[in-house]
Amino acid sequence: MRLGLVVDLDKCVGCNACAIACKQWNTSGTSGSLTDYRPYGPDPSGVFFNRIRHYETGSYPESKTVHFPMSCMHCEEAACVTVCPTGASYKREEDGIVLVDPEKCMGCNYCAWACPYGARELDREEGIMKKCTLCVDRIYDENLPKDERKPACVMTCPTTARYFGDFDDPFSDVSIASKKREGQELFSELGYKPVNQYLSPRNKVEINQHEVNEPNLVRKVKDWVNKVVEL
Amino acid sequence: MHPAFSVIFFTVTSGAGYGLISLLSLFQFSHYGIFLDKSTFFITAAIAISLFTMGLISSTFHLANPKNAWRAFMRFRTSWLAREGLLAILFYPLIFLYLYLTYIDFQIENFILMQFLSFIIFTFAVVIIYCTGMIYACLKTIPQWNTFWTPINYISIGIFLGGLIFFFILDLYNYEVSLYKSYLLLFIVLAFVLKALYYFSIRTPRHNIGQATNAAIKLKDTKVRLLDVGHTGGTFLTDEFGYKVAEKKLFRVKLFSMIGGFLIPFLLIYIHSFIYESLVICFMAIFLAFLGMVAERWLFFAQAKHVVNLYHGSQQV
Repeated sequence: MRLGLVVDLDKCVGCNACAIACKQWNTSGTSGSLTDYRPYGPDPSGVFFNRIRHYETGSYPESKTVHFPMSCMHCEEAACVTVCPTGASYKREEDGIVLVDPEKCMGCNYCAWACPYGARELDREEGIMKKCTLCVDRIYDENLPKDERKPACVMTCPTTARYFGDFDDPFSDVSIASKKREGQELFSELGYKPVNQYLSPRNKVEINQHEVNEPNLVRKVKDWVNKVVEL
Repeated sequence: MHPAFSVIFFTVTSGAGYGLISLLSLFQFSHYGIFLDKSTFFITAAIAISLFTMGLISSTFHLANPKNAWRAFMRFRTSWLAREGLLAILFYPLIFLYLYLTYIDFQIENFILMQFLSFIIFTFAVVIIYCTGMIYACLKTIPQWNTFWTPINYISIGIFLGGLIFFFILDLYNYEVSLYKSYLLLFIVLAFVLKALYYFSIRTPRHNIGQATNAAIKLKDTKVRLLDVGHTGGTFLTDEFGYKVAEKKLFRVKLFSMIGGFLIPFLLIYIHSFIYESLVICFMAIFLAFLGMVAERWLFFAQAKHVVNLYHGSQQV
């Protein structure tokens, strides 16, 4: 199994609901808590497994806003796991989820240095590295109804921009979505083979634009009259 | 990258310590005209051991959860950090065996065996500095570190600092150092050139925002700009990777580390050797070289730009 997410950048509206749902579920989950520092102070900060960045692409008038939710990509060649000196970071054989064993982590930050996606954040109060677990404590929970055995971010997304499933299964939601829209790996140059994929925004229909003040004789005369009147 | 003082101190002092012990064992291996007596040998070894021990201890200060530090040797098969830690620990029994055998005058009866052991100590010490360098050089996410010049610089600077201390000790005990000082002067030039080559090799950025956000754009030459990072305050990522220093300051520190750390010590050793002999001048050279190398290590961190900055608004790293 190769569990992962597909994020549709055409559907994402950047509402941050996934980040909040993630925080809500995981702060009391197996990797909890996701400590907040100075939550009511002037410069609140804290641990998140999922962060949404917002970009503008292209140039006006062909520009577009793209919202970019980023969490752990559960890379096949996970550099965070190979650099970890203690063996606290590991990638599960059975489903490819990358996890941190809090009993072994010494908080050296080395895995965060190795991650290009900024997916790992140190919990400064516990002194332990924290990261997305793909809601491992949720997706296998047999007490939950079958259609709720999904990561919290996928469950909550109001625009269904997030898909969850097994990339090795050709009929899973993620495989179908990825095949249909040519899912892309993020920052593939670095060669970490991220499992999560992104669906690029589709090209917009081109809009014809007209000059409002197209210069012609009538326009010129009117402009001249206006100037004279103003004088 | 955020320059943590404990890591700067660790890499500089442990590098100097391993550099010094490697030189000591190299001179025991094939003398180069200098036959050390026992007290000089043990004083040098004690200085070296205390230098790298201080360094190793300080390296644990930046850990957020030091009670698990003992686990840091587990993943030596993949992690350079674990390799460095494991070799550093294995080095202690080896060096103490070496010291003991020297102490009981073992080398007179077993010259070949002691030479062999000297060579092992030399190799071991250099390999440890190499591992320290590879901790940084293996990270593809930080282009300014991900170059073979990084471990080369770590080794050359470690031996440069160790060499200065060794020179001072030899001079203090009135050894004949005319050959050694020309070696040392040559080596300072070599270390300087290797560092300059490093700066030359990292002058152009390697990655741009287009690569980092490739899924957002279909056309390769489309511009991408950050609109909003999605958080109002600082985060772990901005604290750790978003360290920004003015280019002017970076340049000043670079100037200081290259001139104050290499050139002035070179001149001081030259003056001490050929013009006016004074241990104070020699000591000043060591002091300046250490200061310069702390600046060099600070720069190594401050100048390094993690690719995650591309997601936080940098156009290239």
